[in-house]
Amino acid sequence: MARDRAAGLASRTVSTTSRTDQPSSGEASLADQATISAEIAAHAAEYARSGRERLGPLLNYPPYRSSLLRHPTKAPFQVDPEKLERFAPVFGHSDVDPLEADLTIQHRGEPLGERIVVTGRITDGDGRPVAHQLVEIWQANAAGRYIHQRDRHPAPLDPNFTGMGRCLTDANGVYRFVTIKPGPYPWRNHTNAWRPSHIHFSLFGTAFTQRLITQMYFPGDPLLPLDPIYQSITDPKARERLIATYDHDLSQPEWCTGYRWDIVLTGNSRTWMEPTE
Amino acid sequence: MTALPPTPGQTIGPFYGFALPYPGGPDLVPPGRAGAIRLHGRVLDGAGQPVPDALIELWQTSPEGDVIQRPGSLRRDGWTFTGWGRCSTDNTGTYSFTTLRPGGARPFFALTVFARGLLDRLFTRAYLPGSPRLDSDPLLAALPPERRATLIAQPDQDGYVFDIHLQGERETVFLVYSDQPGQ
Repeated sequence: MARDRAAGLASRTVSTTSRTDQPSSGEASLADQATISAEIAAHAAEYARSGRERLGPLLNYPPYRSSLLRHPTKAPFQVDPEKLERFAPVFGHSDVDPLEADLTIQHRGEPLGERIVVTGRITDGDGRPVAHQLVEIWQANAAGRYIHQRDRHPAPLDPNFTGMGRCLTDANGVYRFVTIKPGPYPWRNHTNAWRPSHIHFSLFGTAFTQRLITQMYFPGDPLLPLDPIYQSITDPKARERLIATYDHDLSQPEWCTGYRWDIVLTGNSRTWMEPTE
Repeated sequence: MTALPPTPGQTIGPFYGFALPYPGGPDLVPPGRAGAIRLHGRVLDGAGQPVPDALIELWQTSPEGDVIQRPGSLRRDGWTFTGWGRCSTDNTGTYSFTTLRPGGARPFFALTVFARGLLDRLFTRAYLPGSPRLDSDPLLAALPPERRATLIAQPDQDGYVFDIHLQGERETVFLVYSDQPGQ
């Protein structure tokens, strides 16, 4: 933890403008939120006009500036999965300790912030559970700071919070984590850019083709309409699938609040069909 | 046809480094073990610049061509070959796995690509050159020669080199799968 504290002290001498989620060459010409919001609205309108359904994010989504040089421009090639791709790697109790599902007990003391439980069921498109499979999460702390060494946001690190967890789903495909609610954090996609509170999820299905990394958001977050990463999913119903539901039955008296978020892994055959010209 | 709509993907973002990489992730077998080979390469963006914040996952058959269904990838015991590994790129955009040669008639490494700036994961295949039945592979046969070349690893002294071009003239062929698994 000494190292973490040292990193925290060092960061106080660094201004918010040193945060890097953008190539430094873009520094002089960052857009403002109004510009980004106008671009988001234009993409939404174009999608509405298209009359086609697209259930995943656009890979070429200029409001998220980092996507400009990192999206394929050629249409993906459709193949029948080989036998290898019809199977997923197997993980077990030798890989994951049950204690890793509780992000609030990884240090000597309790982390600061709102303690929450996040749980849900992982299925395939036919509703069959993804049983005994690995789920990994990572997130910022309650102040919106990642422990990652390249996070220079001058918010405090929490010596009692790392922000990384793992679990295996049970026989019914259910995962469950105890953590704290992450704070929003600033980034340099544009000026005064703030990511909505989110938890990163890494998921495996029963086949290689179902591999998914995504982000879970919280209901009612005012930053969601402003966020180009969330809005890169231009279908409104599709992107709402990333928002957890507050579930009072999961909340525990004098202890924590509860969120439910179910996940469907169907592979990408119908979620990314947007060749760019 | 699937009844439930899929959960959409999102970018891995810039800050997965403390969470997803783990000791031994890129080493499916210990380096130096008899039969060990290296699969390595660079991830490059549309300007030809290295991508230092990408994460590559590898999934492959055993040297005998079998699909492996054994746990132990996250805490390797040094003996169990699980067929799966994970490697983040370094400051030069380079990833490097130590593994065994996959088997089968048309052996390939199945790769998943994640990166900051990449809004959803990408799938591709790195085929081993020189396999006698490579020409009969349905995917390779369907591609024009210059596109086909992006899916074939190049041999070097330790194993194979496979660069991944996210964009540009030499853009790697990325895949979508035509049917749902497990039917």
